[in-house]
Amino acid sequence: MAQLTTTATSGVRGPRRPDTPARAGRPRSRRRTLTPYLMLLPALLLELLVHLVPMLGGVWMSLLGLTQFFIRNWTAAPFVGLRNYRLVVNVNNAAGADLLHSFAVTLAFTVASVGLAWLLGVTAAVLTQNRFRGRGLLRTLFLTPYALPTYAAVITWSFLLQRDAGMVNHVLVDQLGLAQDRPFWLIGNNSFVALLVVSVWRTWPFAFLCLTAGLQNVPQELYEAAAMDGGGFWRQLRHITLPMLRPVNQVLVLVLFLWTFNDFNTPFVLFGRAAPRAADLISIHIYQSSFVTWNFGLGSAMSVLLLLFLLVVTAVYLAAPSYWARSRRRSDA
Amino acid sequence: MTLRRLGLVAVVAALLAPTLVACGGGSGSSSDNTLTYWASNQGTSLDHDRQVLQPQLDKFTKQTGIKVKLEVIGWPDLLNRILAAAASGKGPDVLNIGNTWSPSLQATGALLPFDDATLATVGGKSRFLPGSMAATGAPGKPPTAVPLYSLAYGLYYNKKLFAAAGITEPPKTWAELVDVGKKLTRSGQWGLVVEGGNPTENAHHAFTFGQQYGADAFDASGKPRFDSPGMVAGVKRYVGFMANDKIVNPSAAEYAKNESLADFASGKAAMLLWQAADTSLQSHGMSPDDYAVAPVPFEQPTPPGGKKVNSMVAGINLAVFANTKHKDAALSFVKFMTSDEEQLALNKTYRSMPTVESAYSDPAFQTPQVKVFRETLATSAAPLPAVPEEAQFETLVGAVVKDLFADAASGKPITDDAIKSKLTAANQQVHAGG
Amino acid sequence: MREPAWLPWVRRVVLSLLAVFTLAPIYVMITSALKPLRDVQGPFRWWPSTFTVRPFVDIWHTVPLGRYFVNSVIVSGAATICSVTVAIFAAYAVSRYRFPGRRLFSVAVLSTQMFPGILFLLPLFLIFVNVGNLTGLELYGSRTGLVITYLTFSLPFSIWMLVGYFDGIPRGLDESAQVDGAGPVRTLFRVILPTALPGVIAVAVYAFMTAWGEVLFASVMTDDTSRTLPIGLQGYSTEHDVYWNQVMAASLVVSVPVVAGFLALQRHFVSGLTAGAVK
Repeated sequence: MAQLTTTATSGVRGPRRPDTPARAGRPRSRRRTLTPYLMLLPALLLELLVHLVPMLGGVWMSLLGLTQFFIRNWTAAPFVGLRNYRLVVNVNNAAGADLLHSFAVTLAFTVASVGLAWLLGVTAAVLTQNRFRGRGLLRTLFLTPYALPTYAAVITWSFLLQRDAGMVNHVLVDQLGLAQDRPFWLIGNNSFVALLVVSVWRTWPFAFLCLTAGLQNVPQELYEAAAMDGGGFWRQLRHITLPMLRPVNQVLVLVLFLWTFNDFNTPFVLFGRAAPRAADLISIHIYQSSFVTWNFGLGSAMSVLLLLFLLVVTAVYLAAPSYWARSRRRSDA
Repeated sequence: MTLRRLGLVAVVAALLAPTLVACGGGSGSSSDNTLTYWASNQGTSLDHDRQVLQPQLDKFTKQTGIKVKLEVIGWPDLLNRILAAAASGKGPDVLNIGNTWSPSLQATGALLPFDDATLATVGGKSRFLPGSMAATGAPGKPPTAVPLYSLAYGLYYNKKLFAAAGITEPPKTWAELVDVGKKLTRSGQWGLVVEGGNPTENAHHAFTFGQQYGADAFDASGKPRFDSPGMVAGVKRYVGFMANDKIVNPSAAEYAKNESLADFASGKAAMLLWQAADTSLQSHGMSPDDYAVAPVPFEQPTPPGGKKVNSMVAGINLAVFANTKHKDAALSFVKFMTSDEEQLALNKTYRSMPTVESAYSDPAFQTPQVKVFRETLATSAAPLPAVPEEAQFETLVGAVVKDLFADAASGKPITDDAIKSKLTAANQQVHAGG
Repeated sequence: MREPAWLPWVRRVVLSLLAVFTLAPIYVMITSALKPLRDVQGPFRWWPSTFTVRPFVDIWHTVPLGRYFVNSVIVSGAATICSVTVAIFAAYAVSRYRFPGRRLFSVAVLSTQMFPGILFLLPLFLIFVNVGNLTGLELYGSRTGLVITYLTFSLPFSIWMLVGYFDGIPRGLDESAQVDGAGPVRTLFRVILPTALPGVIAVAVYAFMTAWGEVLFASVMTDDTSRTLPIGLQGYSTEHDVYWNQVMAASLVVSVPVVAGFLALQRHFVSGLTAGAVK
């Protein structure tokens, strides 16, 4: 995702200069210059219809007192300006405090989940880099959770995580004897751990997939050269593998972050409508505020804040490396 | 060249063909003489409901020539679907709603009000049980629906386990219930089971227990009062069965998918507070001879301001969508579904209670169990608060009780302060919604 | 990479643990689907007390799974085909042309990935309803509406991957085709696409999976006739009971086509990513 924006603008990508097609396109007639727009048109229209216009609609709703009284005729909902925003950012009242709590939980959950997913992904990718018997089978196996439909996967986990009849407690308590008392996983504070495990289980294969693909692009000669210089495993990992994976990581981490942060299905299927406080992710929180209590204005205000936060994070994330690189170049010069 | 371009067009067309199929395959609006009916899930599965309802609908079609297109919708979906229908103006003609939703849905204006003239077309207000009629919308406004199936909470108890423990009478007060519960709690067996992870069940009990301690969830002006002392005491009594009295399996704190029924049916728990459990208990292999139903106990002595309430008025209402193009047909369908004959047939199958007085003369509704429920509905059941924010009460307070059960299960003490602070936070959420 | 002596051992241990972690839920899903109801309600057991295929028979009755299956196949299939087609044109434009607004387009399309679904669910729903009222084209409650929604869900990622892929195809190919007098569309179909097939397959697989598993929008935007599988799966928990063995059997039935498809095309998916995304 980040890759497109960077490759689209930076001029340094391999032997083919990006201005070649521009030169190819320029001498054409006026009709020709319309071609790219025509080709973009379907994508543009669809994005407008499904994403941009509804999003603006959502922003508008956040300024309305859109409660159940106006569901039927929502154009009649009163304009309340920023009242919804004032309510949800006021941490002294319950709605604001709960939103803040939910935001903190979501952030902690997302960072932990993305971190673990990446760690498992890179470990497995490095360990399967060299050929060995059964590698293909193992790769296939690892990718399976990614292909499973969310609902099917998460409902299975909720079955495993039951206190009395679940496999997890059966293994932990009955077979390994790690705990005296059977812990709860779907309620109380452990629910955070449960959510994290399920989320990592679902997302790490994607990290594995991308990183495996990334490793295939690392020229073998680099390792050979390093080996000749006497570089050991860790040196190769630090000086060749990880640096070569940097462009993959940049995209991967951002995509995982956005997916995990906005994930609705996993907590919803795992906990139902009322998520435990320790696992009250923001998407569920907003769903509760809008669809369960029927206050769509308030829910939209929360969503808009969430969107702003993600925009800032993404912008900083994308801008930081190039800014950093530029300032370093400047100081080098 | 042109031929090739033609080929290209053909390829693109072939690629897009499934979309066109998809377009054509969508649900068109039903033809003029057909009603659409959204039924809630009352039987053991969506399919069971279809099997029960379809013959009745066929009968209606035979009588009136009006066709009915049936869609059975599971509870997790139903409210969202109604919401979508309200927002879009495109919905069914007739639909089932949980009766506790009546005031909230009434506020949307999406349902046809049953004013006196409209009520008269389905037999008049006096035809229905007054108790059930109380849960059809805000007082002083025309009802937003008519009752279809009536339900009330009862205390289900396992006769075998009671006999084995030498207990002859079902408990009549909570103190007795705790007493009996302690006798029945031993290894692998618990006195009582609750559905602690299910916000809706929790909210129902919070309401009933609160009433017994003199608490109203909303005051006369419709302001939420979730954290009144009576509500705190009521919630404490209910959660206390697990936290203090230890007569409930801590595992029940995560029950949210009707695991209680399985526990009761298999003898893992000796008592259960439930509505119309027969079909499920029997599908779990429990013989009808092994259990009986008693009225839900009361707090004794009655706390100050306490009300003689031991159940909410539970049930399913039948509503007509305001935007229907077939109002007369829809009303004649409502009349059909609330006729004596249909009330008998449907409530017998679903083990719920008829909502019309005249159906009770049937021997099927003269059993001791039905008498308990009927007595409860007639004398000691109260409708959930008839205010538009009722749905928020169920969601917010239900979640608080779920949280408290989770705390209780992990051994945290359940103090008045802990309960009150959580209920206060829930209370503020409603204000935020205003 | 040359390996130190300890690496094979670490590999065995770590990969085994990961395999167990990955497999455990899948194992339970499969075995539980073969258990009688009492086995899934009592304490957990690794092995069915008696094997039964009843759950696989019952699932089709408890919930009209067959119809949902057809819906899911049509919706996901159509969304995939449309999404890939639209993405191909957009990616070609971004990859082969320099034009004003190019960067804006890329950023705008990609930024939609960060929209919380919950924010635009209700507005989108209302737009669909109004489009229906104005034009008579039923988007709400129909499969068409879902197709349009889902195809845009996978579009940003698809465009991004295809741009990367197309960028990797030498421009010389385009130019020689153009010298022969081919227009841009013909160049795209005759020259670029055959070369970019793995990338296209990767994008198609991704689009299909996105559509196949979506819950939130489907729960509001479908009715009984257009309902898709993930929503149908909820039907196994009713007011009375959870038929866990049926839930697992149905989950398995729902998963098998998409998992099989994914694993069969996995090689292309990886190489599509390698060439496209990971440069």
